[in-house]
Amino acid sequence: MDEFANLKETELRLGLPGTDNVSEERERVSSCNKRASPSDTENEIESSTRKTETSPPRKAQIVGWPPVRSYRKNIIETKKNESDHEGQGIYVKVSMDGAPYLRKIDLSCYQRYSELLKALEMMFKFSVGEYFEREGYKGSDFVPTYEDKDGDWMLIGDVPWEMFVCTCKRLRIMKGSEAKGLGCVV
Amino acid sequence: MNYFPDEVIEHVFDFVTSQRDRNAISLVCKSWYKIERYSRQRVFIGNCYAINPERLLGRFPCLRSLTLKGKPHFADFNLVPHEWGGFVQPWIEALARSRLGLEELRLKRMVVTDVSLELLSRSFPNFKSLVLVSCEGFTTDGLASIAANCRHLRDLDLQENEIDDHRGQWLSCFPDTCTTLVTLNFACLEGETNLVALERLVARSPNLKSLKLNRAVPLDALARLMVCAPQIVDLGVGSYENDPDSESYLKLQAAIKKCTSLKRLSGFLEASPHCLSAFHPICHNLTSLNLSYAAEIHGSHLIKLIQHCKKLQRLWILDSIGDKGLAVVASTCKELQELRVFPTDLLGGGNTAVTEDGLVAISAGCPKLHSILYFCQQMTNAALITVAKNCPNFIRFRLCILEPNKPDHVTSQPLDEGFGAIVQACKNLRRLSLSGLLTDQVFQYIGMYATQLEMLSIAFAGDTDKGMLYVLNGCKKMRKLEIRDSPFGDTALLADVNKYQTMRSLWMSSCEVTLGGCKRLAQKAPWLNVEIINENDNNRMEENGHEGRQKVDKLYLYRTVVGTRTDAPPFVWIL
Repeated sequence: MDEFANLKETELRLGLPGTDNVSEERERVSSCNKRASPSDTENEIESSTRKTETSPPRKAQIVGWPPVRSYRKNIIETKKNESDHEGQGIYVKVSMDGAPYLRKIDLSCYQRYSELLKALEMMFKFSVGEYFEREGYKGSDFVPTYEDKDGDWMLIGDVPWEMFVCTCKRLRIMKGSEAKGLGCVV
Repeated sequence: MNYFPDEVIEHVFDFVTSQRDRNAISLVCKSWYKIERYSRQRVFIGNCYAINPERLLGRFPCLRSLTLKGKPHFADFNLVPHEWGGFVQPWIEALARSRLGLEELRLKRMVVTDVSLELLSRSFPNFKSLVLVSCEGFTTDGLASIAANCRHLRDLDLQENEIDDHRGQWLSCFPDTCTTLVTLNFACLEGETNLVALERLVARSPNLKSLKLNRAVPLDALARLMVCAPQIVDLGVGSYENDPDSESYLKLQAAIKKCTSLKRLSGFLEASPHCLSAFHPICHNLTSLNLSYAAEIHGSHLIKLIQHCKKLQRLWILDSIGDKGLAVVASTCKELQELRVFPTDLLGGGNTAVTEDGLVAISAGCPKLHSILYFCQQMTNAALITVAKNCPNFIRFRLCILEPNKPDHVTSQPLDEGFGAIVQACKNLRRLSLSGLLTDQVFQYIGMYATQLEMLSIAFAGDTDKGMLYVLNGCKKMRKLEIRDSPFGDTALLADVNKYQTMRSLWMSSCEVTLGGCKRLAQKAPWLNVEIINENDNNRMEENGHEGRQKVDKLYLYRTVVGTRTDAPPFVWIL
C-alpha cells in the first residue's frame, strides 16, 4: 500500500496539491448548501487512516430522523431551495501560494468564519491553525487573508462577519515567510 | 356529602375541571358517578381507538367540548403511513345524531375531510371553537363551510395542518353578521389570501385576540390589520419582507406601538431580517416568542430583539441563534419557562450552531425553566450533570443530538451518566426524550429515578432487553412509550403484559420483536389492540412456517375497551 502511495506522490497530474479526485472535490465544494461534509467524528476516524483519500460519501438519510415535524422540515427545505436559486451569490477569487491556479468561492453560502475556513481547508487540503484576536493564526504555516475594498491585505477574522462579506474582494492563503509579517505566530 | 342535595354537589364539582380529578371523583360512589357524568362538559380522549363515540355519549350525554387524538406521535416523523387511520367522520356523525350541544372540538393527528367539516358546521348550532393540530385530509372548502355556517364561531385555530388550498374565498364566507371571532389562525395555509375579506373580518371582530397570518399576507396588509386590531394579544406575522424606507414600514411601526396588549409573537414565515426593530417597542411585554420558522433571520438580529424581551416565558428559536445568543437569553430572560431550539440543518453537516455550552448557560441563567426541546450536534455528560444541578425543576426534557449514537464528544463515553443525573435530580420529570450513545445503564437509572415519568421517547439506544425491562418495571406512571431502532425484543415485550393496561400505548419500530412474540402478546391480552404495520407488500407476513422469528417492522399497541377497530387499511394487521 505504501509503495503505491509514494508513486502517487510523484505522479504528474492536473489536480491541486493534496487532491486525489478533482471532480469530486469540485462537486462537494460547489454544492455548499447540500452539506456534503461528513460529521466531526467520521472525519477523525477517516483522516487518521486514509490521509490522501477524499472524505467519505454523504451519510444516508434515516427515515424520520431527526425527529422534526414534516411541516417544519418542509419549510426549511423550501427555504434552502429558494436560497439556492435566488441571487447570484458573492463570488470571490481564492488563491493559495504554490497552487497552479485560482478557485472561486461563494461567500453567501456561509454564515460565519468557521464555516468559511473549513471550506477553504477542504478546498486546498491544508490547515489554518487557531485564530487569536491579538496574535492571529497559530499553529500553521498558512494564513488566510483577504483584500478589502481599499486594496489592503487583511487577516481573515478580525472584523465582524457581515462587514467582512461586504468588504472582501478576494482571498489569498499565504504561506511560509511572507505570512509571518501579517501576524502568523509559529 | 350525602346530606347535600345533588345540585349542591354538582355545584362543587363545577370547580373541579381537571379530567383526572373528575375521573377520580366518579370512582367515589355511585351517586357521585351519576352526578359527575351528567355534569361533565369537557372530555379528553388521548387515543380515538380506545373508545367509541357511542360509549362516550352513553356516559357523558351533556358533553360540550371534546378533544381527540388519532395517530401515534411518531406519525409526525413520517413513520406512520397516511392511510393508517384516525378518522374523525364517525365521531362527528355520532355526535350529530345524538343532537349534542357540542361547542368545542379539538383534534390532533386526525384525518379530517371536507365532508366532516361540513357536517360539523351544520349539526351544532352553538358550535364555537375548532382547533386542528397536525391534521390532514381537508381543503379550504371545508373551512368555507365552517365560516359560513357557524354563527357563533369564536375560534378557528389551524396549527401545522396539511390543507389543500383551493385558493377559494373561504374568508369571504364569514357572514357580515359574524363578529364573535376571538382566534383566527390560518398560518399553515399555502395559498393566496383574500386580503380585503380578511381586513373586513378583522375590522368587525372587536374580540379578536389571536391572529396568525399565512405567508400570503404582505407587510402593508399587516400594518392595516394591526391598525384595525390594536387589542391583539397574540400575533402571527405572515410575510415580513420589507423595505425600511417604505411608507408601509413606517405605518407598521406606528401600528405596532399601539398594540400595547401584544404578548405573543410568532410567524415570520418569510422574513427579511433588517426590520425586526419595528417590534422592539413592544418587546418588553412579550411572554411568548416563536421565531422557529424564520430561517432568514441571522443570529445577531435575533439577539438584538431578545435583549428587549425581559418578560419572556416561552421561546421557540432556531439554532442559528448560537451559544452566544443563548447566553444572551440566559442573562435577559429570567422568567423563561419553556425553550425550544430547532435545527436549521437537518442533516447535521458538522456545523456547531449550538452546543452543550448553550444548554448549560440557559440552565444557569433561567431558574424557572421547566420544559426544554434542544437539537444540537454534540453533548457531554459533564454538561448534562451541570444542567441537572442547575435545573431540578424540569417537567419536560427532550434532547436530540442530531447524529444517532454519538457519544460524549470529549470523553467518548456513552451519555448514560448525563441523562442519569437529569432523572435523578428532576423529581417531577414527566416527559423525556433521549439521544446520543446510550447503553442499558441509562434505562436502569430511568427505572430507578424517573418515578413521575409519563412519556419516554427512545431512539438508537440500549444493548439488550434489560434496558426496556428496567423502564417497564420501574416507571409506574408510564403512559406513552415509543421506541425506534433499539435492540429490544420479545422477552421485554412479554415480560409483564398487564403493564400495558396502565399505559395508553406502546410503539416499537425497527426493534427486535418478532411476529410470534406479538401474537403471543395479543393472545394474553385481548383488551389490547396489537397492530403490525407492514407497508412492504413483498414482505407480507406469512401465516405459517417461520413466522415465529420474523421480525416486525412497526408495532403499535394500545389498550381499548371497544376491541379491534374496523377501519384499518390492508397493510395494518391487527392480531
